[in-house]
Amino acid sequence: TECKSSPNSDIRKPGSIWSHSVFAYSQQKELTSKKRDEFEDILEERRQSSDLRYAMKCYSPVIYKGLSACKPSAIKDSVLQSEQVQYVIKQLSKEMGESTDIIQEEAIEILDEMGHNLHIGAIRFFAFSLSKIFKRLFQRVCVNEEGIQKLQQAIQEHPVVLLPSHRSYIDFLMLSYLLYTYDLALPVIAAGMDFLGMKIVGELLRRSGAFFMRRTFGGNRLYWAVFAEYVKTMLRNGYAPIEFFLEGTRSRTAKTLTPKFGLLSIVMEPFFKREVFDTYLVPISISYERILEESLYAYELLGVPKPKESTSGLLKARKILSDNFGSIHVYFGQPVSLRTLAYGRVDRCPYRLVPRHLPQKLSEDIQEFVTDVAYKMELLQMENMVLSPWVLIASVLLQNLPAIDFELLVEKTLWLKGLTQAFGGFLEWPDNLSANKAVTSSLALHSNIVSLVNGQVVLNDVRMENGATEELVFKQALSILMCGAYRNQLLNVFVRPSLVAVALQMTQSFRKEEIYSCFIFLRDILYDEFIFFPGIALKDFEEGCFLLTKSDVIQVTPQEILVTERGNSVAVFLAALFRPFMKGYQIISRYLSKEAKEAFTEKQFILGIRNFAFQLLQTGSTQCYEVLSSDLQKNALAAFVRLDVVKKMKTTNGFTYTVNKEALNKTAEMFGKCISYWYTS
Amino acid sequence: MKWNGWGYNDSKFIFNKKGQAEFTGKRYRLSGMVLPVLKEWMEKTLGASLEHKITSRAFLNTSDVPPSIVSEEFLQDLRASKISYSQEAEDRVFRAHGHCLHEIFVLREGMFKRIPDIVVWPGCHDDVVKIVELACKHNLCIIPIGGGTSVSSALECPADERRTIVSLDTSQMLGESGYCTGHEPDSMEFSSLGGWVATRASGMKKNIYGNIEDLVVHIKMVTPRGVIEKNCQVPRMSTGPDIHHFIMGSEGTLGVVTEVTIKIRPIPEYKKYGSVVFPNFERGVACLREIAKQRCAPASIRLVDNAQFQFGHALKPQVASIFTSFLDGLKKFYITKFKGFDPNELCVATLLFEGDREKVLQHEKQVYDIAAKFRYDFQGILFLIWSDLGLDYYIIGESFETSVPWDRVIDLCRNVKERIVRECKEKGVQFAPFSTCRVTQTYDAGACVYFYFAFNYRGISDPVHVYEQIERAAREEILANGGSLSHHHGVGKLRKQWMKESISDVGLGMLKSVKEYVDPNNIFGNRNLL
Repeated sequence: TECKSSPNSDIRKPGSIWSHSVFAYSQQKELTSKKRDEFEDILEERRQSSDLRYAMKCYSPVIYKGLSACKPSAIKDSVLQSEQVQYVIKQLSKEMGESTDIIQEEAIEILDEMGHNLHIGAIRFFAFSLSKIFKRLFQRVCVNEEGIQKLQQAIQEHPVVLLPSHRSYIDFLMLSYLLYTYDLALPVIAAGMDFLGMKIVGELLRRSGAFFMRRTFGGNRLYWAVFAEYVKTMLRNGYAPIEFFLEGTRSRTAKTLTPKFGLLSIVMEPFFKREVFDTYLVPISISYERILEESLYAYELLGVPKPKESTSGLLKARKILSDNFGSIHVYFGQPVSLRTLAYGRVDRCPYRLVPRHLPQKLSEDIQEFVTDVAYKMELLQMENMVLSPWVLIASVLLQNLPAIDFELLVEKTLWLKGLTQAFGGFLEWPDNLSANKAVTSSLALHSNIVSLVNGQVVLNDVRMENGATEELVFKQALSILMCGAYRNQLLNVFVRPSLVAVALQMTQSFRKEEIYSCFIFLRDILYDEFIFFPGIALKDFEEGCFLLTKSDVIQVTPQEILVTERGNSVAVFLAALFRPFMKGYQIISRYLSKEAKEAFTEKQFILGIRNFAFQLLQTGSTQCYEVLSSDLQKNALAAFVRLDVVKKMKTTNGFTYTVNKEALNKTAEMFGKCISYWYTS
Repeated sequence: MKWNGWGYNDSKFIFNKKGQAEFTGKRYRLSGMVLPVLKEWMEKTLGASLEHKITSRAFLNTSDVPPSIVSEEFLQDLRASKISYSQEAEDRVFRAHGHCLHEIFVLREGMFKRIPDIVVWPGCHDDVVKIVELACKHNLCIIPIGGGTSVSSALECPADERRTIVSLDTSQMLGESGYCTGHEPDSMEFSSLGGWVATRASGMKKNIYGNIEDLVVHIKMVTPRGVIEKNCQVPRMSTGPDIHHFIMGSEGTLGVVTEVTIKIRPIPEYKKYGSVVFPNFERGVACLREIAKQRCAPASIRLVDNAQFQFGHALKPQVASIFTSFLDGLKKFYITKFKGFDPNELCVATLLFEGDREKVLQHEKQVYDIAAKFRYDFQGILFLIWSDLGLDYYIIGESFETSVPWDRVIDLCRNVKERIVRECKEKGVQFAPFSTCRVTQTYDAGACVYFYFAFNYRGISDPVHVYEQIERAAREEILANGGSLSHHHGVGKLRKQWMKESISDVGLGMLKSVKEYVDPNNIFGNRNLL
C-alpha cells in the first residue's frame, strides 16, 4: 500500500505543474525573508514551581468544534460496527470459509492490542515524572509559543494531524508533555509495537494516548481495515489530534528519512471522501543539542544489533540521567490546510462513484498528491530544525581530522556560522557568550565525542594511522559516525548549494548545461539520502545557484557558471561536506564490481560491504569510515536499484539483487571523476 | 405581477412605522400579518440595519431598453397569421430574464445588453407551428418562455445573437382543470406546464404524484424539423429509448412543447399538516432515510436545519392572544428543557399528508412511529419562503439545489455550508452569511437538498460578482461531495460549464447530435444546456 517515489517520476505529467509553482514559490519566498517565531524556555517555570501542583493542575483543553464526546471504548465499538470493517470481515469470511464471528473476534483482538486508553491519571503521572526527568536531562526546553497559539486555533476549527520529526524516543513524550503544559488536547499517537514489550511503560503509554501499530501489516487486510478505520474514526470525530512520524522510525543519522505514505494517506482519506471539511497538518521540528540515543545509533549503524526495548533496559538508562543533554527546541510550524494543498489537484477524485465504505485503491493522481504532501511536510519540518553551534563545530572537525587547533576551530566555526545564516539555516547561537566560550561549552557538552588536548581539539579514539586493528577501526568509526550525525543536520540546509559545488568539481567545466546534468546525476544518486521535493530538479539547481551567488561564491551567466576567486575555498568546503557520501558510494560500487556474488540478498550485501570496507580501512587505503554505516549502505543499494545498476527481484524468501556490470561501470566512472579531483587537489 | 422581483405586486415584505416587518397583500396565509421578530433576526444574523436602505427604481426607464429590430417582411407574415404580438419595451424586458440574482440586480440597477425584439402569443398548436416555420424562413432565433421562473439564466438572451429574437410566450396556453395534477413546485403560482416539461421539474408532493417524468403520458413538441409525438397515449411502451426524455429537460433548445397529457388525480379529500422536531440534523436525516427505506414518505416531507428553523421563528407573526403566547412558551420549555434539546442544534421536519381521511391517519401513525425512534416531538411552526425584502437592505440571497445519495447527505450539507462561510470571508464579506439547508425530497437512493444563503453586502463594490463566485464555489463543493449538478432547477447557461463532467463526453455528444438533427440552424438559440 505504500508507494515510493523514484527519480523516474521526476519527469512528470503537465498536470503536476502545481508542485512546481506553489512549492517552489514558497521556497523562494522563504529564502529571502525567513521570519521565525521566538522561543520560550518552559523548564524555567518548572524549576521554580511545584511539579506536583503542575501535574494536578486544572486541565481543560480546547476541543474541536464538531466534537461528539465519547470514551475510548465507544470509539472501539464504532470502529468494529463500521460499514468499512464489517465489509472486510464479510469479504474475508467468504474467501476463507470461516464464520464472521471468528473474524470479528480477531478484529476485536487487533483493536485491543492497538487501542489507546487515554486517561487523565496516567497523564498526570507522566506530567509529574517527566518534569523531574526533563529537568535533570536538559538545560532548556524551548518552544515557539506563537506556534502553540496557532495550533490551539487549528484544533478548534478542523481535525488536526501532528507531524513531528523523529530523532529520539523523547519526541512523543515531549510533545504530549508540551501540549499538557499549554492546556491543549493530548494527541493520540501511532507508536511502534516494540513498546508493547515494555510491560508497565507500554500500558502507561497507552493510557497517555498512544495506540500501537505493527511495523508491517501490508498483507493483513483485516489489520489494515481495523487500523485505518480506527485512525479515521478518531480523526472524523475530532476526538483528539492524531500524531505520527512521517519518517516512520527514528532517524539514526539525524538526516531526515524519506517519508512513509501509509499513515498519511489514511489521515488524508476522510478529506478526499469529504467526510471532513478540511484537515490541518502541522509540521513540528524537534531539535536536540545532544541526542539521547547517540551512541546507541552509532552501534546500530555499525551492525551491532539494537537491544530490544524493555523496561529494565529503560531502567539501565538511569545512568544517563546524570548526564547533560543540553537544550531541546520544539518548533510548531504553521498548520497547513489539506484543502488548500488539494486545491485544483484532486477535485475530480474517484471517490464520488463508489460507496465510501468500500476499500478503494488510491488512484495514481491521489498517490502522487500524497507523495507530494509527505515531502512538503518533511521539508517544512526541516526548515525549522534548530542548528546548534555544535553542528557547525562537528562539520568543521570532520574536515580536519585527526585534530585541529582550538583557535582555528573557533575561527572556522564563526565563518561557517555566517555561511549557514546566509543559506537560511535556523541557528541558535548563544549571543551572550563570546565565540570562544560558545565553542568551549559545546565541546564540554559533547565530551564523549571530542576532547581538548593541549590546545588541540581531537575526536576521541581517532588517530588516522595506517594498519589499525579491527577493534581500533570500529572505535574510530563509532566516533566519526556519532560526530557525523551532527554534521548531517547541517547537510539539510547545504545540500542544494553543495551539490552544485560538487558538480562544479566533477565536471571541471564552466558550462551550465554540463554542470546541471551532473547535478541531476548527484540528486538522483542521493535521492534517498536527502529530501528533495519530487519533480523539481531544476528548481533545486536554481536554488543552489541562487544561494551560492548570494554568498558571492559563483557568478552565473546565461551559459556559464564561474567560481569567484574568493569563493573557491567555500566551494571546496561545500563539496567536502559531501565527500563521505561520494566516497562511500564509490567504495560500494567498487565492491559490487569486484566482490559481489551472482545474486545476493540485502543482508549478504551489507555483510559483504562491511568486510570489504573494514579491510580497506585496516590497510589504510581509505579513510572513509562512514561507508561502514548501514544507513548509507542501504541507501546506496536503493540508489543503484533506482539507476538500474542493480536489479531487484522478488523470490520466495524476500528479495535478491544482481549487478548490471555495464551500467555499474558507467556510474563508477562518474564517481571516479569526482574522487580523482579530490586526490589531485 | 412584480416586474423586478418575485411574486405579485401587492404581496411583499415591508417595514412598518414601528420598525416591524409586515407582509402585505391578501394572497398568503401570512398576508397582512406583523412579524415582530424578523427585524431582530435580520440584524442579528445578517448585520442588516434599517438605516442602511437602498431604493430600487419603481418604474422601467424605457429609454434604456435596447431597440426592437424586426424585419418588415417577418412582421407582414406575422400579421397575416393573426397571431398577437408586441414590441413594447415592458413586454420585452419582462421576458428577458428569469429569477437569478444577477438578473434581478440588473433589473433594479441597469439594463440587459440583449432582450427579445418581439414577443408573440400563439393561441394554439397550429400558431406555434406557423411561428416556427416563419422563424426558419426568416432565420430568426426563438426563445420559448413559460412562467419565467427560471433560476438558471435559461431565459437570458445570448448577448452576441445577431438575429431577431422572438420570445414565444406559452403561459397563456394553459386551460382550467377541475382536477389536480399533484405537481406543486414552489413556483406553482407562476410557472407553466410547458416549462415544467422543458426543465424536468419536480414538485413538492412528488412522493404521491411523482416528478414530471412520472406524470407525463404524452407530449407534443414543435421543432424546426417538424412535430414530434408518440402515436398513442399508453402508460408505458418499449420502443427504444423514450423520446420524451429528449424533450424533458431540453430547456427550450429543441422546440416548443404545445401539448402535454398528464395524469390527474381526484382532489384529496383530507389534508393534514404536521411537524417533527429532532435533537439535531443528523438524527433528522437518519429518520428521513428510514422513512424513505420503508417507502412511507408522506406527500411532502421537508427537513430544515437549525439556522432555517430559527429563521422560521423570525417569521412568526404577532401572537393573537396571551393564551397562544403561553402555549408557545410551554412548547419551547418542553422541548429545550424537558426533552433536553439544544435550541442551537435542533431541527424540524414539516410534513403534509394527503388522501382519504382513514388512510392519512394510518399513514401519519406509521411515520410518527418511525420518527419516535429518532426522538421527536410535535410542534406547529410556520414556514415561508423568504422574499426579496433583503435586497432593499443590502442583503442578497439565493437558493440552489442538488440531489445526493443518502450516505453523503450530512457531510455534503455541512461542507457546503462551511464552504459558503469560508468563501464569504475570503471575498471580504464583512458579516457572517446566513448559510442553511433543507432536505426537500426523499427517494430510495438519496435526497434532494436545498441550500439557501444570504449575506450582507455593505462595503462590497460588486456584490453580484462576489455572489456568483461564492455560488460557483458552492457548486464545486457539491460536486466534490458527490452531489449532482441539479435535481430540478436545470442547467440553463448558469451551470453549463459542468455539463461535460456531469454526463461524460459521450453523453454530451449524444445530446449535441440530437440538437444537430432537430435544429441544424439553431433557431431555438437560447444556448442552454449544451
